[in-house]
Amino acid sequence: MRTLLVPVKRVLDYNVKPRIKIDGSGVDLSNVKMSLNPFDEIAVEEAIRLKEKSLIDEIIIVSIGVAQAKDTIRTALAMGADKGIHIVTDEMLEPLSVAKILQKIAQEINPELIIMGKQAIDDDYNQTGQMLAALMDRPQATFASKLEFIDDKVHITREIDGGLQTIAINKPAIITTDLRLNEPRYASLPNIMKAKSKPITERPITEFDVDIKPRFTITNVSEPKPRLAGIKVETVDEFIAELKQLGGLA
Amino acid sequence: MKILICAELDAHTLSEQTAKAVTAGLKLSDKVDLLVVGDNVPTTQSYEGVNALKIANNICFAHGNAETIAALILNISDHYDAIIAPSTSCWKNILPRVAAKLDMMMISDVIDIIDSTTYKRPIYAGNAIATLTSNEPKKIMTVRPTAFQPAISTQATGEIIDFVPEVQFASEFISHLLSVSERPQLTAAKTVISGGRGIGSEENFKIIQDLADTLNAAVGASRAAVDAGYVPNDYQVGQTGKIVAPNLYMAIGISGAIQHLAGMKDSKIIAAINKDPDAPIFSVADVGIVGDLFQIVPELQKKLSGS
Repeated sequence: MRTLLVPVKRVLDYNVKPRIKIDGSGVDLSNVKMSLNPFDEIAVEEAIRLKEKSLIDEIIIVSIGVAQAKDTIRTALAMGADKGIHIVTDEMLEPLSVAKILQKIAQEINPELIIMGKQAIDDDYNQTGQMLAALMDRPQATFASKLEFIDDKVHITREIDGGLQTIAINKPAIITTDLRLNEPRYASLPNIMKAKSKPITERPITEFDVDIKPRFTITNVSEPKPRLAGIKVETVDEFIAELKQLGGLA
Repeated sequence: MKILICAELDAHTLSEQTAKAVTAGLKLSDKVDLLVVGDNVPTTQSYEGVNALKIANNICFAHGNAETIAALILNISDHYDAIIAPSTSCWKNILPRVAAKLDMMMISDVIDIIDSTTYKRPIYAGNAIATLTSNEPKKIMTVRPTAFQPAISTQATGEIIDFVPEVQFASEFISHLLSVSERPQLTAAKTVISGGRGIGSEENFKIIQDLADTLNAAVGASRAAVDAGYVPNDYQVGQTGKIVAPNLYMAIGISGAIQHLAGMKDSKIIAAINKDPDAPIFSVADVGIVGDLFQIVPELQKKLSGS
């Protein structure tokens, strides 16, 4: 069985502006829309496309988090993944702890590939995939914008600062997705119905014997320095004059 | 505290992002070493304040290979209390691999260093700033170059590191497609002219390029313009593209989605040209002009090139 593992995270929906708590303790997540992390959604889509091309046999979704993380897994199942693993915890885990738990899951199911988002849009760490590759001592291909199976290798085009880079890696490997890899599909109603009967295994986090104690303490979360709107002008001459006045043009 | 700074290369010279990471290191300690790793790297380029210049020059470190470069850094990591790299795509790829091997968390995208344990970093696409304390025995971090001033360039004699990692299953480089441009680099330019979906086509982007050339500026783009194929991916400014903070950022035909603002709102001066008076870009612009960009931009270019 050629299995593909896709770790996913439930995050504040990308269209929702985060509300920062007045006491500076964090972002208020009560009564706001939560969604599948957009980069993870791209990972799920890519997995489904590989399955549609019969390059893999089975897609397992894994998520670590509160009870509602099950809804996030269900979203991925409705897109076309096969089954889910929900590792239940109320704690907020750092990327290193997440990578350690994913390593244990990977040891159990021996996936050919692990595809995941390059970062979660809440804490914006951009670390988990790289850390998982390190712990598993396997190759990593981050920021993927194209993925092809060629012979027994996977060729990945990566978005880098100067343009694009293509590398070939041996399986098993860890791939993290960038925005242009694909456009995720919407789940159809029949598939949403079908997803309700797909299996999700619930497992307590304690089962994994991983120290999840955070290494960092967030002492404050605050608004960034606000940027005030300036003026609107009518003509190009005024525009140039204003820019010179501000020091933007010599 | 002993600090190792990892250099970002721009072809075969050190990029300005390195100079800025050095400044971040010097905020923590005066014992700062600079590591230049790659294939065919500069061996004498350094900065004021740097103690030792370490050179690891080997074909196995070419193309930013994460597995081999992480192995090299691990090999010398014992000597350092902090490892700092600019948050470029190259180091965002490599440094978490180093951190995990050391069983430590990494601090991504540091924008301010308060003291040796307290750091600030943006979260939620820059919509919030987190202050965190780290008690990890080593502080491993990427720093956002736009938040630090560049250190002053000097010449130094590099010490060669003779270490060739044995890495199993390393990835194999196939090819790259790098953008070639005579213009200043997007992340280092004093002026950036960016175009969005409003530009309408790849051909129309020429008016942005002409204006950029008049002002010796770099050309940027919004995600919408990149997704539409007007310009290559490495032009993208935004949360998932490049973070820029030039003296002047001109947003043309860009509405100003949160994800785009995250990449440019620390610019000193923001100017916007857009036909929609309610476009969010105007809420962060110091100066804006509402109208047809196809009339305004050529007129602007003509007047600026004439003066």
